Order: sequence, then C-alpha cells, then structure tokens
Amino acid sequence: MLVSILHRATGTAMAIGGGVILTWWLVSAAMSPDAYKIFYAWIVQSDASSPHEGLQALVNILAKLAGIGLTWSLFQHMASGVRHFVLDTGAGYELKTNRVGALLTIAFSITATLVVWAILLTTGKLI
Amino acid sequence: MGTGTGLGRVRGLGSARSGTHHWWLQRVTAAANLILMIWFVVSIVRLPIVDHQAVVLWLKSPLVAVPLVLLVLSTFWHFRLGLQVFIEDYVHEEGNKVAALLLLNAYVFLCGALCVFSILKIAFGGVPA
Repeated sequence: MLVSILHRATGTAMAIGGGVILTWWLVSAAMSPDAYKIFYAWIVQSDASSPHEGLQALVNILAKLAGIGLTWSLFQHMASGVRHFVLDTGAGYELKTNRVGALLTIAFSITATLVVWAILLTTGKLI
Repeated sequence: MGTGTGLGRVRGLGSARSGTHHWWLQRVTAAANLILMIWFVVSIVRLPIVDHQAVVLWLKSPLVAVPLVLLVLSTFWHFRLGLQVFIEDYVHEEGNKVAALLLLNAYVFLCGALCVFSILKIAFGGVPA
C-alpha cells in the first residue's frame, strides 16, 4: 500500500523536479560557460562575486536536500519498479512474500541513497 | 483484461481501443530506464568535478552523448505515460483533465527537445571546452 503510493509520488517528483533540473543543467552547459556558472552558483556552490551570494548559499542547501530527495526517489521508484516486473509475472502475491518485497524496496532505496551521497560529499565534488 | 466480451478479450482492445499498448510501452521504457539510470548515476558519481569544462568534455564522447540522449527519450516517454495515468486517475472534471494532459505534453516535448538538442550541440563540438 505505502510502496504503491510511493511509486507514484516518487515518479511524479522526478518527472517535475528531476526534469526541470536536468533540462536547466544541459541547456546551460550548451549555452556558454557563463550560463553554466549561473546554474552552478544556484544549485551547487554560491558565487562570491554575485550580489545574490547569500540567497544562493541558501538555495544550495535546499538544492542538496532536493538532490538527496531525488536520489532516494530514483532508487525507491527503481526498486518498486523491479518489484512490479516480478508481480507482472504473477509471482509474489502471497501476503508474507508481498510484504517482504515491499520492505526490501525501502531498505534498498535508503541504503543506495546513503552510499551515493556519502561518495558525493566525501569526494568534495559538491562542496 | 478480465472483463468484456469473449471476442474483446481475444483482441485485447478494451474500452480505449488501444489494448495493452500503453501498459507494454510503460514496461519497455522502464527496462531501458533501469539500465540507463544505473549508468547515469555511476557516471555522475565517477565524474571528478562538475564544472563546465568537465561536463562539456564528458558529453563530447559518443559513448556518453548517445546513452544520455537515449536516457532522456526513455525517461521522458516513461513519465509522459505515468503522469497521463496520474492525471486520468485524479483529475475528474473533463475540461481540467484535457488542460492537464495538454500541459503535460507541452512540458514533455519542450524539455525533452531542449535536452536532446543541448546534448547534441555539445557532442558535435558546438560548445568550446
């Protein structure tokens, strides 16, 4: 039940949030180094020479939280999607199996999100 | 496919006259998304930095640009199908539903086209690194 609703919620979040950020990232990279600098300053690391530095620093924090949310959404949607493939074959409908499968998707998504963000933050790429 | 006449079940068309086409494409794009997204996450984690030069040099490789174009096509197609069902399930007023579906299509094609064009522009050397 919960995992079914999460599948829709995470899919919608990625379609809108992920779609907009991916498009902004690619378009700014294709436009010019200056356009990319604006994307970078708002999403990754605030620009000390910008009059909006304070606001950018705040948005950076929100962007990281959104990034963690989108990463978790991706892994949760991915895991419950794979679970759907199994259910599509007609397997896994016994109550206990079904419940264990649902819980496994959450265990996977949280673990994978922690691993990815541990790597991103410890390599210093996003700081 | 449990309801309908015997002939209707055999044809698998249902009330929308499209049968299992929507369901099947959702699965095909899901399988593609699974592979392409794993590649994308691993690639982003492995990119040493994400500044402009690094991203442009990365996107210039055909082995990056092509999977990334496929990823955009597959994920955008997939969420167009998914959000279509979302809208059909939750927006009941006919006018609002049509408006929401039009907005969804505008969003999918505008952002999808911008992404694909941007990747190709960089890949074909249109942006100096």
